[in-house]
Amino acid sequence: MKIAFTAKGTAWDSMMDPRFGRTMFIVVYDEQSETFSSFDNSVVENEAHGAGTATAQKIFELSPDVLITGNGPGSHAAQALKQINIRIFTEAHNMTIKQAFEKFKNGELKEI
Amino acid sequence: MTNHSPVRIAIASGKGGTGKTTLATNLAAYIAEQEEVVLVDLDVEEPNSGLFFKGELIYEEPNFKMIPQWDEPKCTFCGLCQKVCNFHAVLQLGPTILVFPELCHSCYTCSELCPTEALPMISKRTGKLSNFRINNLHFVESRLDVGEEQAVPTISKTKQYSNENYAHLRIEIDDCPPGTSCPVIEATKNADFVILITEPTPFGLHDLTLAVETMRALKRPMGVVVNRYGIGNDDVIRYCQKENIPILAKIPNSRKIAELYSSGKLIYQEIPEVKELLSTILDYCLKASKGGIA
Repeated sequence: MKIAFTAKGTAWDSMMDPRFGRTMFIVVYDEQSETFSSFDNSVVENEAHGAGTATAQKIFELSPDVLITGNGPGSHAAQALKQINIRIFTEAHNMTIKQAFEKFKNGELKEI
Repeated sequence: MTNHSPVRIAIASGKGGTGKTTLATNLAAYIAEQEEVVLVDLDVEEPNSGLFFKGELIYEEPNFKMIPQWDEPKCTFCGLCQKVCNFHAVLQLGPTILVFPELCHSCYTCSELCPTEALPMISKRTGKLSNFRINNLHFVESRLDVGEEQAVPTISKTKQYSNENYAHLRIEIDDCPPGTSCPVIEATKNADFVILITEPTPFGLHDLTLAVETMRALKRPMGVVVNRYGIGNDDVIRYCQKENIPILAKIPNSRKIAELYSSGKLIYQEIPEVKELLSTILDYCLKASKGGIA
């Protein structure tokens, strides 16, 4: 299973970024190969509008099975993500990627 | 007068809730005691000038914008539409093209460049424009539908409507949106004079500074009206003196004014002091704006 996180850094102990559209990085953990990959999302800083749909597009390209984020996608991004077969978990605020992953495994995150 | 468009006096502010609508409605009603005038509510996201007038609706029309609509059978999924959209309003997700009408800026790029004409432009309702008449006072407002995000095209269209219908009048008063972003720019960019209304508090000063910088970038002549004078401190006054920005009036902080406003009444009709302030403000605006002296 591939799990995507919205994060402020690219390591296990990096903090989660609670924002979806304007997240600094998208980090993908592949459970099967136990590998980490990351995508620098800072380009959206220049976008006045449409950051949510732009990030949803990136998620689509990275094709994870699960997305873990904080505040949750806004309505446009959620509409785009609906087109993708992906489970979305939110409320992973104020914690590291590792902690968010553990909470996900323990079923402690809210699925939308 | 030799020119054939009204003197446009735009009432703006950095901070919200400082008295734009109070001043716009009172000033327009005051002018209407003497001559025909048009008041335009350009705060299309939350227009409220209309609350102060019970007039006759003389005209109404829907506002539209153009958006692309996906014609699936014609699409070859080349991805060009998504690539050229600066606003991420068109997404290609596998075998689906999604259009987000609220994000679309009606630039036509995706539609024009689509090699198979699979994104024809269609019109979409975004709100409605209404025109009321209350004796000498003509009142125009546009109201965005709930969920619509883009104020600028509606503001532009509302200005155009007023230009087309009220070019013969001497004065137009515009109640502008708050802030310093695109809607304010659109509302004030051709104004002959901009009144920035503020309150004498640190918040008021902070946002006034931003509004002044914006108006300077737009090269608009401007003046400041201090509302609720008596609260806060003198920093706003000192700032205006330092920056050489004329202070047109100080409207006192008064419970009576707040009560009149919150019951939907015009203030100057009950408080003579305010009527005198309106007269001073109007005289200054007309003298300072081009072509304003008849």
